[in-house]
Amino acid sequence: MTAFLAKRILGMVPLLLGVSLLSFLLLQLSPGDPLSAQRGNPQIPDGLIRRIEAQYGFDRPVPEQYLRWLSRTLHGDLGYSFKYKRPVAAVLWERMGATLLLSLFSSLLSWFLAIPLGVWSALRRGGWPDRVVSVTAFVGMSLPSFFLALLLLYAASVLPELPLVGRIPIGGLVSPDFDQLGPVGRILDVLKHLLVPGLVLAVGGVAGLQRVARGSLLETLRQPYVVAARSRGLPGKSVLWRHAFRNAANPLITLLGFEFSALLSGAAFTEIITSWPGLGLVALEAVRAKDMFLVMATVLMGSFLLLVGNLLSDILHAWNDPRVKLS
Amino acid sequence: MSPAVAKLRGILAANRAARWSFAVLCTLYLLALLAPWVAPYAGDDESRGRSWAPPSSIHLRESDGSWHTPFVRSVSFTFDDDAQRVWTEDSSCRYPIVLFRGGHLFGLADALPTPGWSASGGGVAPSGRLYLLGADARGRDLLSRILLGSRVSLTIGVVGVAISTAIALLVGGIAGFAGGWIDGALMRLCEVVMLVPAFYLLMLLRAALPLDWDSRVVYLSIVLILSFLGWAGLARILRGMIRSLRQSDWILASRALGTHPWTILWRHALPQTFGFLAVQATLSIPGYIVAESGLSLLGLGIQDPQTSWGNLLEEAMSIAEIRLHPWSLLPGLFLFAAVLSWNLLGDALRDAFDPRGGAS
Amino acid sequence: MSLLSVRDLRVSFGSPSGPVHAVDGISFRLGEGEVLGLVGESGCGKSATATALCGLLPAGARTSGSISLSGQELTVLPEDAWRRIRGRRVSMVFQDPMSSLNPLMSVGDHLVETLRAHGDLPAREARAEAVQWLRRVGIPDPAARMSSFPHELSGGMRQRVMIALALCPGPDLLLADEPTTALDVTIQAQILDLLARLRDELGMAMLFITHDLGVVERVADRIAVMYAGGIAEEGPAAAVLARPRHPYSRGLLASVPGFHPRAGRLPSIPGSVPSPRDWPSGCRFHPRCPVADGICTTAAPTAADGVACHHPEATA
Repeated sequence: MTAFLAKRILGMVPLLLGVSLLSFLLLQLSPGDPLSAQRGNPQIPDGLIRRIEAQYGFDRPVPEQYLRWLSRTLHGDLGYSFKYKRPVAAVLWERMGATLLLSLFSSLLSWFLAIPLGVWSALRRGGWPDRVVSVTAFVGMSLPSFFLALLLLYAASVLPELPLVGRIPIGGLVSPDFDQLGPVGRILDVLKHLLVPGLVLAVGGVAGLQRVARGSLLETLRQPYVVAARSRGLPGKSVLWRHAFRNAANPLITLLGFEFSALLSGAAFTEIITSWPGLGLVALEAVRAKDMFLVMATVLMGSFLLLVGNLLSDILHAWNDPRVKLS
Repeated sequence: MSPAVAKLRGILAANRAARWSFAVLCTLYLLALLAPWVAPYAGDDESRGRSWAPPSSIHLRESDGSWHTPFVRSVSFTFDDDAQRVWTEDSSCRYPIVLFRGGHLFGLADALPTPGWSASGGGVAPSGRLYLLGADARGRDLLSRILLGSRVSLTIGVVGVAISTAIALLVGGIAGFAGGWIDGALMRLCEVVMLVPAFYLLMLLRAALPLDWDSRVVYLSIVLILSFLGWAGLARILRGMIRSLRQSDWILASRALGTHPWTILWRHALPQTFGFLAVQATLSIPGYIVAESGLSLLGLGIQDPQTSWGNLLEEAMSIAEIRLHPWSLLPGLFLFAAVLSWNLLGDALRDAFDPRGGAS
Repeated sequence: MSLLSVRDLRVSFGSPSGPVHAVDGISFRLGEGEVLGLVGESGCGKSATATALCGLLPAGARTSGSISLSGQELTVLPEDAWRRIRGRRVSMVFQDPMSSLNPLMSVGDHLVETLRAHGDLPAREARAEAVQWLRRVGIPDPAARMSSFPHELSGGMRQRVMIALALCPGPDLLLADEPTTALDVTIQAQILDLLARLRDELGMAMLFITHDLGVVERVADRIAVMYAGGIAEEGPAAAVLARPRHPYSRGLLASVPGFHPRAGRLPSIPGSVPSPRDWPSGCRFHPRCPVADGICTTAAPTAADGVACHHPEATA
């Protein structure tokens, strides 16, 4: 396992290099250099601009520029963000956690909803519960996530106070009085804020997952080993979960790997609309402010998260299916 | 052409959902085509005094109890004690809704005085506006803007997919057919492009291509940016298909006869993939429509005064104020309808070409 | 009283063009510890018979007639009653051991699961018992094999595991549906010997389904020959093989090389097996029968003295 992990992590490096090269080359298309937008800004000290110019050499040939940027990056210096007035690495570090939290929460939520729904509709195939779930799932898949976010925010803004939860927050990570809350209060506060964005992302995920779960389970229930298990007099639940479902899970895990890219994109959009302070929001603000170092860094980070997600999905695959050789 | 059309008709005949979606899509695209005529107002027809006017109430009875053809009244607003807007109708006259007015499908006729109304002074009738779906911040009719915006939103997806598919065919075809280091290099490129999640790729491209103000350039740039999203994955699949086709007997026979590789590629191999491509394209269009809307929603796509549905939804983004003009969310419904219809149609197409794929 | 008594069993499957009668009125008996070989070509309904005996027909299949196991009528049983019968009284070995084993579970997991489902065994004892069963079916180094997965085993080993799985609950009747068809010829012989040995050790009855006459010769006490949904001929194995009376059985046996060595062309039965959707009238074999005449085309023969034919033993 460790050999496999080491190999995969090593394999990530050339891919990330490729991404960095691609982004670097693309950004060369824009007129001027990364500092063009900042030079006219009186708030930014001249010394800072000159220092960065010296570091990155904007008057040098392109390959040399790339190598300079690369060497600085490998030393941990991802550049300076003018919008946030901090090193880019610091900004990323602050915002990554929020994106990870949102992605993880909504993934878990969609799985916990989709799998029982998928199993339920597979077992009642053709009946009205199956049809209702299918239609709802299809509608969920077709509803753009940002539109759903807007709808939910609208609903939250007109809803009165709910018992237990109080007003559902319509933006941000924490309430203004966060610092005064105790540890449990803080966790609850974050969870409350996670509700709308997490739900929005989960809905999109559930729809697709449920369809695949249902299809996969129907396929598996037809398999000879399921019939064979029944022929041995094994109880129904056992056959369903140990034999049918575990095999049906394989395409689901594969789907998880493919969906990670969509998840990160959807998360970014949702973050922006619900003001959830994550990586997506940072990327948008970077583009708006023409903060080029930050743009490149967010692109790299997004790709990195995708690679990690794929790795996790592969590991999950290997854990579920002994035929998969980690190599 | 005919077998494809026949197949489409067969699919529509068999699948009720597909029929409905096809009908909805035809309606939407027809409306988009005829938008400047169908829409009662031009896209930049402002009325600042009516910023955020609610949807017009359509009346059938006058204050004296008489029945008339549908009409509306002029509206204006005042602020109440809580600094909230209160809209009131001006009962001095009515504006009948008529067809074929002023070069549009329908509009408002001139004001007709309300019977029994005595004007206290002056005699100038207030101007009337037909806001079937409400107004935006500058008093522009939302319905008109939705209809005009559909021209961008509905077509950008189709054009984007077309360009994407063309690029994928080129890259995938060459890679699959040439093999060797060309294949390797192109596939590595695809992998790298696919590694960046769509949103971040969009951000990157937008940062790289600052947009002009010329609407045609904006449209084209957005289309190109969107096409960049999808070609890589498709190219990989096509490359796989071409590679396996390359080994098939009839291609080998072609080569043995000395046919030029380009001819083989373009006239023999690639056409085999068209069925698959048709399904893929239909399934991808909704994604592009949503991507454009998302981009415009963030202010990075179609800009004012051009309209697209995403652009219109930008006005719904001010969460604090959305309660005051919930109709700003309506473009999202149109978006949803278009996406749902394309999805249903794509699903039906896919089932027809490969019944074993997907849920049974 | 016989262990298994099947009377006028009919099985039909729904299809877009109407019901398909895969099994059309077969009757036979099976005594305790007896091995009945059910022989026939594909499409004659033998697999459907086995599946019916196990209660595992797909939804949409209709059965009629009687299946009586030690006096208990099985055709009217609800699903949970069937679950108590399966494994404990009736068990099945399938044709393709690769697809009949759960690829995600180890051999040991399979056995332990089945053992614990049928008895209140704690895990450790179940594992020990599982190792014993692996030894009993002739798997070398059974303790190590417990943690193997199906894809790591050869075809013969997988089938041995399947047999162990089917027999470990201790059924009275074992249904073997073409258990050797998917295996190499040399392995086939080993599996057949294994089944024979287990029958001697455990005393269970077996319904052995196959299309291969060579296989059935090795293992069966009695033989029933199936054709087009019905039983053409039935009797003690030696008798049927040496002196077949139904024209179909005769044709079958004559067409097997080496059975009755002779020079010249290998005889074959003209025509092909009819589809269940389109069975001939009267005696279903009449279009291909060398001795068929008028009555054969109109009236289906009833079984008499183990043969269903209007002209048994007639020569062409």
